[in-house]
Amino acid sequence: MFSLATLLYLSALLFSIGTYGVLARRNILVVLMSLELMLNAVNIAIVSFGRAHALTAFSGEHGGQIFTLMVLAVAAAEAAIGLSLLLVIWRRWKSIDLRQLCQLNG
Amino acid sequence: MDIHLLWIPLLPFLGFVFNGLLGRRIGTRAVSAIACGLPIISFLISYRAWRHVVDVGSPQHWDGFPWIWIDGLVEIPFSLHFDGLAAVMCLVITGVGSIIHLYSIGYMRGDPGYHRYFAYLNLFMTFMLLLVLGDNLLLMFIGWEGVGLCSYLLIGFWYEDDANCAAGRKAFIMNRIGDFAFLLGIFLCLTHFGTLAMSALTDVNQIQTVAAQTLTIPLLGSVGLVTTIVVLLFIGATGKSAQIPLYVWLPDAMAGPTPVSALIHAATMVTSGVYLCCRLMPLFQAAPAALTLIAGIGACTALLAALIAFGQNDIKKVLAYSTVSQLGYMFFAIGVGAFSAAFFHVVTHAFFKALLFLGSGSVIHAMHHQQDMRKMGGLRKQLPFTHITFLVGTLAIAGVPPLAGFFSKDEILFAGFEQGFLGGSGAAMLFWGISFLTAGMTAFYMIRCVAMTFWGESRIDPDLEGKVHEPGGWIGLSLLVLAIASALGGFLNVPEFLGGHASLGHFTGLQQGHEGLTEQALHALHAAEWQSMILSLLIAGSGLLLAFHCYGKGKDLRRRFIESGPGQLLGRLSANKFYVDEFYNSVFVRPFETISHLMFILIDRILIDGILVSGTALLTRNVGHLFRKMQTGFIPGYLLTFACGVLVLLFMLLNFLRQGGAQ
Amino acid sequence: MIPELESFNLPVLSLITMTPAVGAILLSLVDRNNKALLRQAALMISCLTLLFSLLMIGNFDNAVGTMQLEEQHTWIESLGISYHLGVDGISVLLVLLTSFSMPLVFLSTWSAIDDRVKEFQIALLLLQTGMIGAFLALDLILFYFFYEAMLIPMYLIIGIWGGRERIYAALKFFIYTMVGSLLMFLAILYLYQHTGTFDLPLMLERIRSTHPLGPDQQFWLFSAFTLSFAIKVPLFPLHTWLPDAHVQAPTAGSVVLAGVLLKMGTYGLLRFSIPLFSDAAFDLQGVMCWLAIIGIIFGACMALVQNDIKKLIAYSSVSHLGFVVLACFIPSVEAITGGILQMVNHGLSTGMLFLMIGIIYERRHTRELADYGGLAKVIPMYTIFFLIAVLSSIGLPGLNGFVGEFLILFAVFRDFPLWGVLASTGVVLGALYLLNMVKRFLFGPIVHEENRTVADLSVREIIYLLPFVVMMFWLGLYPAPFINMVKPTLVLYVEMLKS
Repeated sequence: MFSLATLLYLSALLFSIGTYGVLARRNILVVLMSLELMLNAVNIAIVSFGRAHALTAFSGEHGGQIFTLMVLAVAAAEAAIGLSLLLVIWRRWKSIDLRQLCQLNG
Repeated sequence: MDIHLLWIPLLPFLGFVFNGLLGRRIGTRAVSAIACGLPIISFLISYRAWRHVVDVGSPQHWDGFPWIWIDGLVEIPFSLHFDGLAAVMCLVITGVGSIIHLYSIGYMRGDPGYHRYFAYLNLFMTFMLLLVLGDNLLLMFIGWEGVGLCSYLLIGFWYEDDANCAAGRKAFIMNRIGDFAFLLGIFLCLTHFGTLAMSALTDVNQIQTVAAQTLTIPLLGSVGLVTTIVVLLFIGATGKSAQIPLYVWLPDAMAGPTPVSALIHAATMVTSGVYLCCRLMPLFQAAPAALTLIAGIGACTALLAALIAFGQNDIKKVLAYSTVSQLGYMFFAIGVGAFSAAFFHVVTHAFFKALLFLGSGSVIHAMHHQQDMRKMGGLRKQLPFTHITFLVGTLAIAGVPPLAGFFSKDEILFAGFEQGFLGGSGAAMLFWGISFLTAGMTAFYMIRCVAMTFWGESRIDPDLEGKVHEPGGWIGLSLLVLAIASALGGFLNVPEFLGGHASLGHFTGLQQGHEGLTEQALHALHAAEWQSMILSLLIAGSGLLLAFHCYGKGKDLRRRFIESGPGQLLGRLSANKFYVDEFYNSVFVRPFETISHLMFILIDRILIDGILVSGTALLTRNVGHLFRKMQTGFIPGYLLTFACGVLVLLFMLLNFLRQGGAQ
Repeated sequence: MIPELESFNLPVLSLITMTPAVGAILLSLVDRNNKALLRQAALMISCLTLLFSLLMIGNFDNAVGTMQLEEQHTWIESLGISYHLGVDGISVLLVLLTSFSMPLVFLSTWSAIDDRVKEFQIALLLLQTGMIGAFLALDLILFYFFYEAMLIPMYLIIGIWGGRERIYAALKFFIYTMVGSLLMFLAILYLYQHTGTFDLPLMLERIRSTHPLGPDQQFWLFSAFTLSFAIKVPLFPLHTWLPDAHVQAPTAGSVVLAGVLLKMGTYGLLRFSIPLFSDAAFDLQGVMCWLAIIGIIFGACMALVQNDIKKLIAYSSVSHLGFVVLACFIPSVEAITGGILQMVNHGLSTGMLFLMIGIIYERRHTRELADYGGLAKVIPMYTIFFLIAVLSSIGLPGLNGFVGEFLILFAVFRDFPLWGVLASTGVVLGALYLLNMVKRFLFGPIVHEENRTVADLSVREIIYLLPFVVMMFWLGLYPAPFINMVKPTLVLYVEMLKS
């Protein structure tokens, strides 16, 4: 099996890729996908910690998994709302390019 | 507890309230009955109180109620005091006042503001009586300011004319300037005497303890406390009693109805400054330096006003300046320590100056409000009765024996003579000289006034010819009563060297007795009094004769003088009142207004509102503009900032943990 | 003391404070088109408040100098905030002044306000609760609550029912006051941290015994409190919001603003700034007094050159309240008694002047002095009332204005002669600008034809002006009952300051 450190490296890698995607891409769809990537990176970290500390953690054996399920649920909700907003934006402006959607500038 | 004293001022007040509220509805007859009746009742009450004082020999007192009263700290009651001095003053005010009320019935007939006029007049009586009866300085101050208010209202009585209102305002503000000093004097008294009761302020022992202290005033250095108090109170008096430098309001005050000029600006209100000095005689006596100042101001005012009176053509203006001049006399008397003479002159002046003003009112009334003497002349034929009474007043003021003015003026001049020549005081000698000269000038300009009005050829407007009639009724009666008073008033206080008892002086407690003097010294004093009297008779006589000559046969002499260099200069200065008004305007009034305007624009508008307030707003807005650019609306940009922030925080956290680990 | 009333044990102070607020809630249930009912109901509510205030006077013990009729209930226990009301000599007259003038103000709005009557009456009622609450509150948070609560209705009154530039004036008013009060709020929080309580008497005691403040702390806290109050007064040079607010506010707003709201500043100085930080107050006495004196003279000079009547009166307020600030910083019973009386007097005379200007504004719709002149002939009754108000403002002895001014100036002169002399010039200047105004406003010839047909006072107007006149004479001729109410408190107060 992999050690905790290896898993955390994986998580960090995924998180960095996600962050890069959020910051660098202009397509809202890709940004949302990158966001999912970041969430899942965090999920990996939580599960890994959960396994490493299973015996000492306050929440018992399955604390990490339960927490991850929570995050997945929230992420699903977020994706639903995000995609529906995306749809509205597409209908309204016929574009999902963030560069063109900066009407809140000062 | 003599509560009836309260009725003396209260009755006219009731008249004021009644006429002020209902006067419009109840008709002129009822208004006159109330307005004149109540002061007359006041007069009767004063008379009874006076009899009581004479019989019992002790003053009457009403304790009243606490007014400005903080237990143990400031205790100023509302209480009245009726002693000899107040008694005489009350009798003069209610007596002359009632006569002038009666006169006004005739004079003001048909005026649309009839009831208002009488309401104000009654209010004036209230305040004047309060001024006289008040048992402490502050209560006196109510009356003092109150009469100023009434004066303001009555000068501006015909308010449709802007000039009248301006005159009223000027009077009030000049008085306020004086009152400012008066108030400071009151503060000093209250601080150092601990009370404002007249009994304490005139208590010799208390005055001595206070007199030992000094005040340090910037520029002046160390000044005696009592001297400061007296000077401050005197400045208050210069406002009310029209002395240099605050006299300029009184001539303007002639804008009011003539009976008002007679009552307020001749007989009563303007003498309240003198009354104040008499009331506080021991205090004033304790400040010899201040007294010298008072004598000087008095004498100079007398001279200046007399000089101006030469050049006036408005009959009321002549009388006004003559009033200022006579008031100067009174203060000169105070200054040389002759309080009794000053007060005596207050009384006689009330008689003859009221008479003169009412006489001029009679002329003005007959001439349909023409006041310019150049358009009069020869009125002797149309107005014989007015002429006779006016002449009585003129001779009285000129000091012709045995009319009222002779006695009082002679006493004043003698007091100056005594202090100057017998006492060997140079200043008093100088001031006596000025006053002495003024006595002759008084006789001259008063005869000029009579001559221009009543004698010589008629210069009346042709339209008025044949319409000028002697006003009868109340006007005539009032003139008669006052003429008798002016003729005989002097006998109230015949000096001892003429075989009298100086009864007024003794009754009011102002006369300094001669008990300490030996027979011989008394003899010498009487001799000096004779000398002084002869001198004053001479100067008055020469003034009269010169005037008779100039305005009779010697017209050439007059013309030659007027056309000569000094004559022209004097004429111009006199006619323009020595440019004092202009001086005040350009030095005080206008600069003050300009500075206020400038301050409004510079400080309020530009500095505070413009720079500080709007500046702050502008700064906020500009800073906002600056930071607005950061709000690009480009979401990844925000996220980048966010991510950088998180990184910095993380870095700090790690750093912190590492240090924590090191511990 | 009326023994029978004692037995009821009513929470009088709460009643006074809350009646208008409850009334406002009730009023919100009334149909907005029923203007007559709205007006009468608001009047009745304010009269009821006045009645409760009289009940308070009945229960007020003149012999006691400490807080009376106290009510204390826990509010937010964990933070030590309580609902704590109490009245003493410093606040009693101001509460009375507020509840006395509000019914008259309501009566005056019957003809002045015809637009959004309901909202206006509600705003005024809420304002009244705010004012009375601020005067009575003894808990700093409670005070701050009421103090800020006054701001909103006043902001709305100026901003909605005001004149042409009402938005500018309302904003200026709001921001000025807000800046001050935020700093004060910070200071209040600091004080809580330092002393562990928001309760004023408790805090006072702790500061004087167990939790003393250092000089620097005192300085900054005093400055924060005083800035807020100085803006409210307003003290020179923080006064420029006042003329704008007055000019733009509707009559009722001006009356409340001048009559009561400004006193919140001087009251705050007396109640909080000076006793809590007495060392700093003593150190800064010179600065404050000089500012007050400059305010007296500067305000008068400004009043002299105004052409707008309301602006003129606004500047005269700056001048008159300078006297009060001066009095607050002279630790003597005479001065502070004079100061409190002067607050009441200014409320009466300036309140009445604003009411009267409102009356003429309703008829002629202008406030420019140049548009008037010669009115005395047309409206004699109005002229009499106006003159009385002016004379009271000038400080004519025998009317109310004099008593306060005399006490203040006397005490100042006795302790600090130079200040006394300078402040006394305000007496002369006051006569100057007010008589100037009277001359241009009422006297002189009638220049404008419109002025010939102006109607004189109506019965309703006389009814709401007359109480002012009565109070002016009462306070001017027999102020003893009022002074007696104030004195015991001030004796203790001054003793405390001097110790």
